[in-house]
Amino acid sequence: MATAGLPEPTSPPLDPAGKTVMGASDIARCLRRMAHEILERNKGADDLVVLGIPSRGVELGNRLAAMLEQVEGRGIPAGSLDITMHRDDLRHQPTRAPMRTHIPPPGIDGKVVILVDDVLYSGRTIRAALDALADLGRPRAVRLAVLVDRGHRELPIRADHVGKNLPTSVSEKVQVRLVGHDGIDDVVNIAGGESR
Amino acid sequence: MRKHLVSSADLTRADIESILATAASMHDVQRREVKKLPTLRGRTIINFFFEDSTRTRSSFEIAGKWMSADTINLSAKGSSTSKGESLRDSVQTINAMAVDALVIRHNQSGACQQVAGWVDASVINAGDGTHEHPTQALLDAYTLRSRLGDLDGKHVVIVGDLTHSRVFRSNVLTLTTLGARVTVVAPPTLMPAGIASWAERDGFATGWDLDAVLAGDDIPDAVMMLRVQRERMSGGFFPTPREYTVGYGLTRPRVEALRARKDGVLIMHPGPMNRGLEISADAAESPNSVILDQVSSGLAVRMAVLYHLLAGEETAA
Amino acid sequence: MTELLITGARLSGTPGDVLIRGGTIVEIGRVDAPAGIERLDADGLDLLPGFVDLHTHLREPGREDAETIASGSAAAAVGGFTAVLAMANTDPPTDTAEAAELILDRGRAVGIVEVIPVGAVTKALAGQELAELGLMARSRARVRLFSDDGHCVQDARVMRRALEYLKPFGGVISQHAQDSNLAGPAACCHEGETSGRLGLPGWPGAAESVIVARDVQLARHTASRVHIAHVSTAESVEIIRWAKAKGIAVTAEVTPHHLALGTELVAGYDPTFKVNPPLRPTTDQESLRAALADGTIDAVATDHAPHARHDKEHTFEAAAFGMLGLETAFSVVHDLMVTSGRMTMTDLVHRMSVNPARIAGLDEHGRGLDVGAPANLVLVDPARRVTVDRAASWSLSRNNPWHGMSFTGAVHTTILRGRPTAHDRKVIHA
Repeated sequence: MATAGLPEPTSPPLDPAGKTVMGASDIARCLRRMAHEILERNKGADDLVVLGIPSRGVELGNRLAAMLEQVEGRGIPAGSLDITMHRDDLRHQPTRAPMRTHIPPPGIDGKVVILVDDVLYSGRTIRAALDALADLGRPRAVRLAVLVDRGHRELPIRADHVGKNLPTSVSEKVQVRLVGHDGIDDVVNIAGGESR
Repeated sequence: MRKHLVSSADLTRADIESILATAASMHDVQRREVKKLPTLRGRTIINFFFEDSTRTRSSFEIAGKWMSADTINLSAKGSSTSKGESLRDSVQTINAMAVDALVIRHNQSGACQQVAGWVDASVINAGDGTHEHPTQALLDAYTLRSRLGDLDGKHVVIVGDLTHSRVFRSNVLTLTTLGARVTVVAPPTLMPAGIASWAERDGFATGWDLDAVLAGDDIPDAVMMLRVQRERMSGGFFPTPREYTVGYGLTRPRVEALRARKDGVLIMHPGPMNRGLEISADAAESPNSVILDQVSSGLAVRMAVLYHLLAGEETAA
Repeated sequence: MTELLITGARLSGTPGDVLIRGGTIVEIGRVDAPAGIERLDADGLDLLPGFVDLHTHLREPGREDAETIASGSAAAAVGGFTAVLAMANTDPPTDTAEAAELILDRGRAVGIVEVIPVGAVTKALAGQELAELGLMARSRARVRLFSDDGHCVQDARVMRRALEYLKPFGGVISQHAQDSNLAGPAACCHEGETSGRLGLPGWPGAAESVIVARDVQLARHTASRVHIAHVSTAESVEIIRWAKAKGIAVTAEVTPHHLALGTELVAGYDPTFKVNPPLRPTTDQESLRAALADGTIDAVATDHAPHARHDKEHTFEAAAFGMLGLETAFSVVHDLMVTSGRMTMTDLVHRMSVNPARIAGLDEHGRGLDVGAPANLVLVDPARRVTVDRAASWSLSRNNPWHGMSFTGAVHTTILRGRPTAHDRKVIHA
């Protein structure tokens, strides 16, 4: 079963030929802006529940929740939503153990769930996340916050809050690394594809 | 992950840990209102039982259904095999229906391994004769880990009819793979042939004297009692049930002696129990008994096994 | 009168010619035969007396889907055999003179190997009442070897009576030694670590040796002859060695598979390797090889046991016992015992021809290469390497444990009463 990974996140090395498009301060600034947008859109922090999609979405979700807390001066429930069992491409990749789903105590019924992920691409992960969410309860609203939107959607899905729109070609790879997850400084790299 | 789960020897430590991690997620799913996952939608699983087992069969059936697979139960009793059809004929007929997995329970050893060589589907051993029962060992390991944490260096004592126990054969493999130390105890007549060289090769200990093992320097972390099959009792393997209980039962005095030595020594039994024979009622119901945990983790572990064998790449074999 | 001249064959080591006329050897050495005679160039080949198998299951009558007297005869002929003893456990069993003559006649009608019926010791092989041993002995089939093979004669009193009763006509009982209390019908794997790990019902070696010990005592007590079929354990060998030293009239056979194949082969639960007695560990195999080499074990016998595919494709425990052996016996034994240097070709001739013929009371087989002897012969190529292909078998069955294995030594031509019956694995009908 060489293909089955352990639940611990793995961090493949950054492509040394890659180009840095966001540094640690860019990422922090984006998250702060997104936190303000979320509060503005929601008219305050009432009923907000932040759910990160493993693996790096969880780290981003926790940071976002902490910023919301800072602004509002009260605790914002944050958790994680694993989508492995809902993926539509399971047969096309090696099996891996699912990550933990953690729904914070108030639950999600009637709440405004902020789904958080690092990169929005085809939209299939979010489709799976919406399905997974439906099995857990009935939120009043679901909003999507992503650090990077790289385009190339395959489903009618869009993000409500975007850290950075990053035009890419399909052959390029967007690599996100976060200090709390990967043990290296926050960075977003873009690698591969034809040189431009 | 490999294609079949025929023997516990098929699983590396990484395999087992991956399955147990998945089982933990599945255990959460079990507590939700909506228990169904779409993961195995469109897959067909046949529970092909050549031997009665309501508990194992329903556990596999529910596991499959909660993963959205189509699960069908077939019982070979009174049908084809009694008409002189060979085992190969029986399973190839099923295989021709393009199923994804065959969960097989058979009253004779090796049946699953043979079937795996004849069919395209994944074969999952749900107990074959007196050979193995890999998902039972996985759920026992899951239960142990949820109470004891990492099993490295933990001491598990398995007691009872080892000769006829597939639970023992799978458990000794899985537990030693996870780093546990295992001691097996039985009267000589219920020790499998060749146990001495086998134990030496596979790194576990054996004993005839349960009290000596329980009182040894190596205090057990868990004691697993095996069921004594009723049909063995008249086979001359031991004189009377009463004598068996005195020698090898987990009686109240033994439970108390254990508690006096160490708190929280887990009590396990794969079920169904012969209360009063291999295990006393108060041992089964003591706060240290995890017998019901074993039952409830069975479902999560079997969901995890189905996921790892069936969800992944079609090319994986 | 048909004539055949075999030229250049090794005759006990030295090259020479052999002229056969009317089924009899008429001249040996340098033969200046008239032109036009049928010649067989045997340069580089050994000419030996044809092999005799004390233990063959031909399945006819009753299970003609697994083997017939015709298909089994073909397998025997290509295997170098000129005589086979057909075990009695057919359906109906060979427990009457009529049944014995039926087999003899069908074998003669096929005509490529002498098929000699083995008579049952007890009626319906049930182990209770003696079969008509005397009538079988007096029949045209002249039955001398009796066996309930497939079953052991369990009852010591029945065994004792049978041994006594056979004495006037020089019969011998070939005992399938298996104490049914120690190794019952489910027992299917040598009792040891392998059976323990696999969870298969064990067949302990002691279940064989306790019967061997009992029967040599009975043979001594009755001053009769007993033959131990398919000896499989070191303990049985020890008892036989002891009995022979005491002058007890005991003989014994070993199968090629018990010599060459070990218990570990059943680890994959492949019923091809299910046989009774079961394949034993290396220590037993070693002592069987030594006993065959030193003569404690008199003969190699195949226990050729064909089974229809659907009788083997069950769980290991439910599948039929037995494996094919006629076509491969010489190659296996030659490779294992002669090529390895443990035995000479002369020893092999004794174990596969001379001794079995003597044990079964066959005057026409297992004779030396002498003028006047019946020309039941086999030419073998000791240097030729063969690879076994189960699909190429003459048997109707495919339960061949030797499939894919290679051996040094091959049967070249088999000659029955002066007529070639098989050449290079092809059967030659009259």
